[in-house]
Amino acid sequence: MSLIAYSLYFAALVSLAWLLAIWMTRVFSGALPAALLRTEATLLRLCGAAPDRGIGWGAYALAVLVFNATCFVVLYVLLRAQGTLPLNPDGIGGMAPDLAFNTAVSFVTNTNWQAYSGEAQLSYLSQMAGLTMQNFVSAGTGMAVAVAVVRGFVAPREATLGNFWVDLTRSVLWILLPLSVVLALFLAWQGVPQTLQGAVMATGLEGQDQIIARGPAAAQIAIKQLGTNGGGFFGVNSAHPFENPTIASNMAQSLSILLIPVAFCFLFGRMAGDRRQGWAIFAAMAVMFVAGLAVVHVYEIAGNPALGVGANMEGKEQRFGAMLSALWAASTTAASNGSVNAMHDSFMPLSGLVMLVFMQIGEVIFGGVGAGLYGMLLYVVLAVFLAGLMVGRTPEYLGRKIEGREVTLAVLAFLSMPLGILVGGALAATVPQALAAVQEPGPHGMSEILYAYSSATGNNGSAFGGYGAALTWHTTALGIIMLLGRYAIIIPMLAIAGSMIRKPQAPVTSGTFPTHGPLFVTLLILTVLILGALTFFPVLALGPIAEETARLAGQSF
Amino acid sequence: MSKPAKTADLSGLYPAAIRESFTKLDPRSLWRNPVMFVTAVVAAMTTVLGLRDLVTGVAGAGTSLHIAAWLWLCVLFANFAEALAEGRGKARADTLRATKSETRVRVLAAPDDDPATATETTSTALRAGQFVHVSAGEIIPADGEAMRGVASVNESAITGESAPVIREAGGDRSSVTGGTTVASDWLVIRVTAEPGKSFLDRMIALVEGAERQKTPNEIALNILLVGLTLIFLFVVVTLPAFASYSATTIPVIVLGALFVTLIPTTIGGLLSAIGIAGMDRLVKANVIAKSGRAVEAAGDVDTLLLDKTGTITFGNRMADALIPAPGVDPRRLAEAAALASLADETPEGKSIVDKAREGLGQVPAMPEGAEAVAFTAQTRLSGLDLADGRSFRKGATDAVIRLTGQTPPQALAAQVDAIARSGGTPLLVAEGTEILGAVHLKDIVKPGVRERFAELRAMGIRTVMITGDNPLTAAAIAAEAGVDDFLAEATPEMKLDLIRREQAGGRLVAMCGDGSNDAPALAQADVGVAMNAGTPAAKEAANLIDLDSDPTKLIEVVLVGKQLLISRGALTTFSIANDVAKYFAILPAIFIAAYPGLGALNIMGLASPTSAILAAVIFNALILVALVPLALRGVRYRPASAAALLRRNLLVYGLGGLIVPFVGIKAIDATLVVLNLA
Repeated sequence: MSLIAYSLYFAALVSLAWLLAIWMTRVFSGALPAALLRTEATLLRLCGAAPDRGIGWGAYALAVLVFNATCFVVLYVLLRAQGTLPLNPDGIGGMAPDLAFNTAVSFVTNTNWQAYSGEAQLSYLSQMAGLTMQNFVSAGTGMAVAVAVVRGFVAPREATLGNFWVDLTRSVLWILLPLSVVLALFLAWQGVPQTLQGAVMATGLEGQDQIIARGPAAAQIAIKQLGTNGGGFFGVNSAHPFENPTIASNMAQSLSILLIPVAFCFLFGRMAGDRRQGWAIFAAMAVMFVAGLAVVHVYEIAGNPALGVGANMEGKEQRFGAMLSALWAASTTAASNGSVNAMHDSFMPLSGLVMLVFMQIGEVIFGGVGAGLYGMLLYVVLAVFLAGLMVGRTPEYLGRKIEGREVTLAVLAFLSMPLGILVGGALAATVPQALAAVQEPGPHGMSEILYAYSSATGNNGSAFGGYGAALTWHTTALGIIMLLGRYAIIIPMLAIAGSMIRKPQAPVTSGTFPTHGPLFVTLLILTVLILGALTFFPVLALGPIAEETARLAGQSF
Repeated sequence: MSKPAKTADLSGLYPAAIRESFTKLDPRSLWRNPVMFVTAVVAAMTTVLGLRDLVTGVAGAGTSLHIAAWLWLCVLFANFAEALAEGRGKARADTLRATKSETRVRVLAAPDDDPATATETTSTALRAGQFVHVSAGEIIPADGEAMRGVASVNESAITGESAPVIREAGGDRSSVTGGTTVASDWLVIRVTAEPGKSFLDRMIALVEGAERQKTPNEIALNILLVGLTLIFLFVVVTLPAFASYSATTIPVIVLGALFVTLIPTTIGGLLSAIGIAGMDRLVKANVIAKSGRAVEAAGDVDTLLLDKTGTITFGNRMADALIPAPGVDPRRLAEAAALASLADETPEGKSIVDKAREGLGQVPAMPEGAEAVAFTAQTRLSGLDLADGRSFRKGATDAVIRLTGQTPPQALAAQVDAIARSGGTPLLVAEGTEILGAVHLKDIVKPGVRERFAELRAMGIRTVMITGDNPLTAAAIAAEAGVDDFLAEATPEMKLDLIRREQAGGRLVAMCGDGSNDAPALAQADVGVAMNAGTPAAKEAANLIDLDSDPTKLIEVVLVGKQLLISRGALTTFSIANDVAKYFAILPAIFIAAYPGLGALNIMGLASPTSAILAAVIFNALILVALVPLALRGVRYRPASAAALLRRNLLVYGLGGLIVPFVGIKAIDATLVVLNLA
């Protein structure tokens, strides 16, 4: 039964993504109807950008940084000053400096880690002009960077990486916006509020007063899923009945979490002019995703015998049950989305392990919009270099040689994961000011720490729950690590692209290292697991694995 | 030919290599290999801590020192591998150096001066541009170009080939090498190399590995290895923090052991040995690489330009068939052909005699009083006039027709045309004025060439035959040899154009050449192999020099390049795959005190935490030394498509790298228990 349901879900996901990839290929190559091109050109002119000029990797990276830095400053000021600004019917005050820093970084980096509770700490203006806007442009940034990186691998030598402003505008205008409108309308139909009026005061059946928060939620939720943002309108995210009222809304959101990341695999194949290349990357991601999902599913359905018979329903919504919660948990951690429809803290230890691994390998199983693809291309560079020598040639990918410069950059980018998770986590596990955030002692607490720092480094944004991430130590440390996890990968990847595009493309011969087919998929998966996951094996042993073995021995934390 | 033996016995090199392993512990030398440097630092730290514990009487000092010993061994094994690889080259360098003796030389002011006017100086004082007179029995004092004279030169000191070769002024055989000996006659040489920069010096430096520069892929691989070392440094340095949260303390020595076992010591320790051994294989094949880059580039080559003559064919036309005219007995034709060729000492003539012998069983001996008629460019005929008045001739079709005044019969004429159309050369044989038949001369393709090209094709390498023949002949030979393409009536400019065209399509091109007019093409090609017998210009333009002047060597060079890259890739993959088992050995040992449940990770069932850690460290050192022979010999390489190679090597070195350490660590653990060492 669940197998059929999962199969249907995947069939729908792959076919929608496949169709979307066709449209995205046209969008990014500029093969758009004249009316759209005119709109776009007018907008770019108003912004003072020169749309017809391609730029080098350095200029592209600079444009990304300048744009993101500006977004950060604007959002920070907005959050601090929201108390005095309009569209604040519930009279919410300005945010504390460290929390505003954390939140601004979180939304600019497409992490959407929420150390605050939306309904209590954000005005409608902050939600709409601040967060929702960042949901669009941070996703657009990731998409633009991914497209530029792909061009570096596949475009002819005399071409450029493209123009950031054009790529960003196209991502937002012609991909994210139309999809969001459709999804927002669907969600509103399913019962998600979309209003500018303040909270409702109500009296409950037992006579107690109750404040029912509401607001312009549907629009924000649509883009939070499509843009792998994940920052909910309400504190408990998609477990909240106003964010995710029905099974239909749940399925639509589940699908939209993975839709664009999956489409990027196919877009890659199309841009490379060899769709098998896209399928190979998709296959590697899909195999790891299904394996992880299977683990979560089995453990959640089996439940915890210590709590009685049946599925593990602690921290899950009755509306959705164990299966839909498992699917969501796997998707949201795989895709760097971070929205939740159940409390991950209450999942079984090995389900938590899967979620941790999905984030720690760098959000490359579909991953964030765009970010997942360029993250996976980082592993591809490493896999091709490691194994490519074994065919007796200088390793090459899509006809271009991978040499010292690319390896140096790839290693630099790769270092950000252990740096953020291990160094950040180690400090969080020792410094007293940080340690206070841990809710449960023992291995479960270790998982909480790891989850927070993995989520920030991977720009995922989901939380394990239970962890007091609002402490000043964490808002600051996690903020810095989110920046590391985003830009310490974007910049080297753009540099790799800039270096690759200058290289001659060797024709494919029978002496060429094949980068499609089951053998390469296996190699890629092993590289991700050995280089990515194995690095975290010791700490995972102290966290979820220790908890699981203790659970089997009848001990709980 | 007295080349050094293919499989040199290494045991004679052991004592020197073992001594070297210790001298290489000098931090300044270790520093060049970051992975081994880090290992040595951890080993030193472990030793100090072990000694401290021993002095202060803390328990476990014995185990610490045991771990330290194996860490040191790991470093020594890596040094040993490098020393052994270098040692093989050194032996050859010593013989080369022996030829570099100081001699008296006669310097001329100008090449045309009388040798009697020469001034004497020492060979070490020679500068480029000076003219030297050398005569029979003298050693040529420096690299140079013959300006005057013809001499036979014994080049065995460089090439191992004992038969003297001709060196003469002008033409493509003008280059002479310092250290070789003039066997007969004399030469006036213009010195082309400054002292200390001669070919011999370069060769000595190269085989010794003194001037060894890291190749591009080696540099990239080194960066990756340093990166992995850094990542594992993060893992190990942060582990105490996570452990203290979990109420465990991990001894520093155990952390050090975990660190060393995780970092890629196997490939890190063997990387330079693989590189040196790869260059050594080239030296053994009598090829000198002017840079390591060229050897790697050889592995990447997509297109091979091969000279037809000497590489694909034997280079001489040979008799392929005797075709009698209608009504002529084949035996009579064979006899006549043999008689007409008896006095002909050219390979063509000999091949006709051989062909006749096939038909007759034996050929007539040179008849008494017979007079040979030699080939001239005017008559284009050769043959024999017997004492009894009979005369036998063979020659070009039109020449024989003119001589005999006859036209060949219709059937024979058709055969002759067919021979010409197939790219062969027809000769007519006549006795007196009677045309007896035709000889089919053709370029014979070397046996095995076709198979070799099929292998190259499987490897994704295109072969292009270069020939001065007309397109018709070229096409016929190309089809027979199985090359992918050919360039007929080739001029140096056409070669250069072809190389540029191939490169514009993103392909890497290799070629070999010898003449001065090959120099531009050799310089343009990604891999240029010059014949040692060639001109200085060609040798300067090329990045590889073949001492045997054997054009087939190009293929061998490509294979050596590929094998070098494969060896590196295979050992890297193996080394990284090893980590999985090492985690499973050490992690349960470290954490079992805090979480007894984590004993479940001890899937190898290792006896105790101490034995587990020791076993991992010992395995780490032993696998390094076990792989030394493989690193020196190079991974076995059979030409195949990249997909097939990848499948095979991933299975052997990837899967093998996952499984072997599980078995190895378990076995070492069991041994330690039996020996009561842990």
